[in-house]
Amino acid sequence: MSEAAVHAHQAPTSFIRKHVFSLDHKVIGIQYYGLALVAVVTGMVLSWIMRIHLVWPNSPIPGVQWLSKIGAPGGVVTPEYYLSLMTMHGTLMVFFVLTNAPFAAFGNYFLPIQIGAEDMAFPRFNMMSFWTTFVAFCILVSAFFVGDGPPLSGWTAYAPLSAVGADSGPGEGVGQTLWGLSIFVFCIASLLGSLNFIATTLDLRTKGMTLARMPICTWAWFITSCISLLAFAVLMPACLLLVLDRVAGTSFFIPSGLNVSDHLQPHQGGSPLLWQHLFWFFGHPEVYIAILPAMGIVSHILIVNMRKPLLSHKVVVYCMMAIGFLSYMVWGHHMFLSGMNPFSAMVFSFPTLMITIPATIMTLIWLGSLYGSKLRINAASLFCLGFISMFVSGGVSGFFLAQPSIDIYLHATYFVVGHFHMVMGVAAIFGVFAGTYFWFPKMTGRMMNETLGRLHFWFTFIGTYCIFMPFHYLGLAGNVRRYSAFTDDFLVPLVPVHKFITYAALFTGAVQMIFIFNLIYSRFKGAKAEANPWECTSLEWSTPSSPPPFDNFGGQHPVVYHDPYQYGVKGSKGDYVMQTSPEKVAQAT
Amino acid sequence: MATTLQPPQTDLEQESRPHDGNGSGGGFRGLLPSRGDLRAVADPRGEPTRTGIWVALSAIAMTFAALTSALYVREGAATDWHHIQLPNILWFNTSALIASSIALELARHRVSGYMRGLELSRSKAALWLNATLLLGGVFVVGQYLAWLKLRSQGLYLPTNPNSSFFYVLTGVHAVHVLGGLGGLIRVMFKFHSTRHPLRRSTMDATSYFWHFMGALWMYLLFILWLKL
Repeated sequence: MSEAAVHAHQAPTSFIRKHVFSLDHKVIGIQYYGLALVAVVTGMVLSWIMRIHLVWPNSPIPGVQWLSKIGAPGGVVTPEYYLSLMTMHGTLMVFFVLTNAPFAAFGNYFLPIQIGAEDMAFPRFNMMSFWTTFVAFCILVSAFFVGDGPPLSGWTAYAPLSAVGADSGPGEGVGQTLWGLSIFVFCIASLLGSLNFIATTLDLRTKGMTLARMPICTWAWFITSCISLLAFAVLMPACLLLVLDRVAGTSFFIPSGLNVSDHLQPHQGGSPLLWQHLFWFFGHPEVYIAILPAMGIVSHILIVNMRKPLLSHKVVVYCMMAIGFLSYMVWGHHMFLSGMNPFSAMVFSFPTLMITIPATIMTLIWLGSLYGSKLRINAASLFCLGFISMFVSGGVSGFFLAQPSIDIYLHATYFVVGHFHMVMGVAAIFGVFAGTYFWFPKMTGRMMNETLGRLHFWFTFIGTYCIFMPFHYLGLAGNVRRYSAFTDDFLVPLVPVHKFITYAALFTGAVQMIFIFNLIYSRFKGAKAEANPWECTSLEWSTPSSPPPFDNFGGQHPVVYHDPYQYGVKGSKGDYVMQTSPEKVAQAT
Repeated sequence: MATTLQPPQTDLEQESRPHDGNGSGGGFRGLLPSRGDLRAVADPRGEPTRTGIWVALSAIAMTFAALTSALYVREGAATDWHHIQLPNILWFNTSALIASSIALELARHRVSGYMRGLELSRSKAALWLNATLLLGGVFVVGQYLAWLKLRSQGLYLPTNPNSSFFYVLTGVHAVHVLGGLGGLIRVMFKFHSTRHPLRRSTMDATSYFWHFMGALWMYLLFILWLKL
């Protein structure tokens, strides 16, 4: 284990250095959070437009005509523009929300503090990482305003639709190229960020902070950064090859003899399946990049509120490692219907089922730890319980999709959409909400309003179940995904279900305004927080102030004596023992 | 310029390190030449840099693994796989890159000797660093000449998948080599600077990156020869 971190950079004095181009990991964490907030609101608005269009396809939606006169003339969304909205919704949410908020935002803010470091290992890279992400965001959003609008190939950008160019539809000209460039730039940012997380965790832990004494959320960020490093390193060349196909006339992904919009494409010999392999080799680890930090955050917060450790801290960490490792072996389960050799489906189905084992173990550990505990109920712990509920509900549908025979029927239906929205779109976001309510006092020195927090939870919990549970029914009924309207005979009877979902979606979206209001109001007018309002043992709660000072510990270097889950320990003076307390306890590790 | 060395601090509980301008000077952190044996001096920022470079190299390796697998899959799917003759200059470029790695190792030796006070003059170390930079530049120029040679044969980026992969693989590698050259220039700047002295970890990290670029090129050349 290395020495304590040496102060890497001086406290900034200018406004630009303090709040804009800051080297301070805390400021960068908040910047990532803010970017994720902008992205999630944008993505949510897009989803509202999509939901309203699905149910009332011929009705004008006020305001949309300003977004695109061609895509939504008179406010009526065209089928192509619906797909463009879907593409941007998915891209924004997966990349700029689910990769940013639980991992980059909270990880940047709290990982260095939780290990007792003064900052990340490479503060300049950290700053570059955020601003590169911001540039990627700007490039992506600019697709709305150029040419004939944003791409329509989905966040998965399957070739040859995404590779051919403008012939394949509106938005497939400049829009798709901008998408490819945006994701390429995002990959660079993610790689820089992951590098920072790994080096910081391995080398900047303070005295006494062994790997075994790191909080579970720190482990989650570390494991996520390892996954992220290798995953984004594959997506980057994939995007490069895609952009080359589009602008340079190469044929990596475009097959011969393709006739698109009455134009014979000049490309030859490419493999659309190659794109799917490259994309999903990244894409599956990506979904674990989205969920693992939330698992870590939820585990951490649950322990604090249960006032007792989990049944086994080590097993949870090993399970997260197992999930990270196995995530690289399952990508083909997205491709069961791609035309690959059907026997390869068995090769991918087996590890897909295996990956449910560590996930199930973790769930059982959460549930087993909760059993018999006197859980403190607050907004943060409620969102943790909601996370477990959503993770189980959404994860169980994954068992079905993991079977190739069932997936033949369910692939590309709303069943899949329900599955991934519940695990990623809801469970991971619940982890972000839990983290926000939990760490808000540390980041701002004020408490969020508890009443509004509980209202936010209950309405969101009920609302998201109302939205996404029916998706499974729709999928089983054969409702194909990525359709802009349901006019087929077998789909028309499902429209009332869609109406219910749309109302639920609009309601749940409106409820998020409670959270935004609470966030902003509490930032300025919230009740002043004590130093350690949750009586948590980990190092971020031993900083001299909230928010922590520039170098986190006010010139001191904390020394760690205990693991982070000394709650209810026999022989201890109080209910808990801080990691930095030199008090000797019988079960200290 | 002499520096007073202080013994490495062991009690880290109550400590306030001096702030410095850019995180690289002050106390024992900068490895400035002195009469003392600096090998005993701790380089507190050393470990993250060494860890960081290995992490970065893993990511770069993964990128090229992805491109390699793309090449294999594309070949497997292709009916238009036309073998190309690799330009002969590639062998010369390879020699230049290997020579640059040797020059860099010699430079490291010299830099280390200077930093430890065994040599009084920077000139020999600087000479070998310059040689590394020059040979690296020769490699990049040579790669460009290889591209020109292919173009003269009518083989452009989109001509066929073989040429596409040739340009992509050599191009992506060249971009990373340019990054390595940037790192070398940074090392040379720090070596000559007193405000931002060169740390051993920076020298090591830059060296590891450069040698990795050499090893990677050998691998790519093999793949290009085998497959294209």
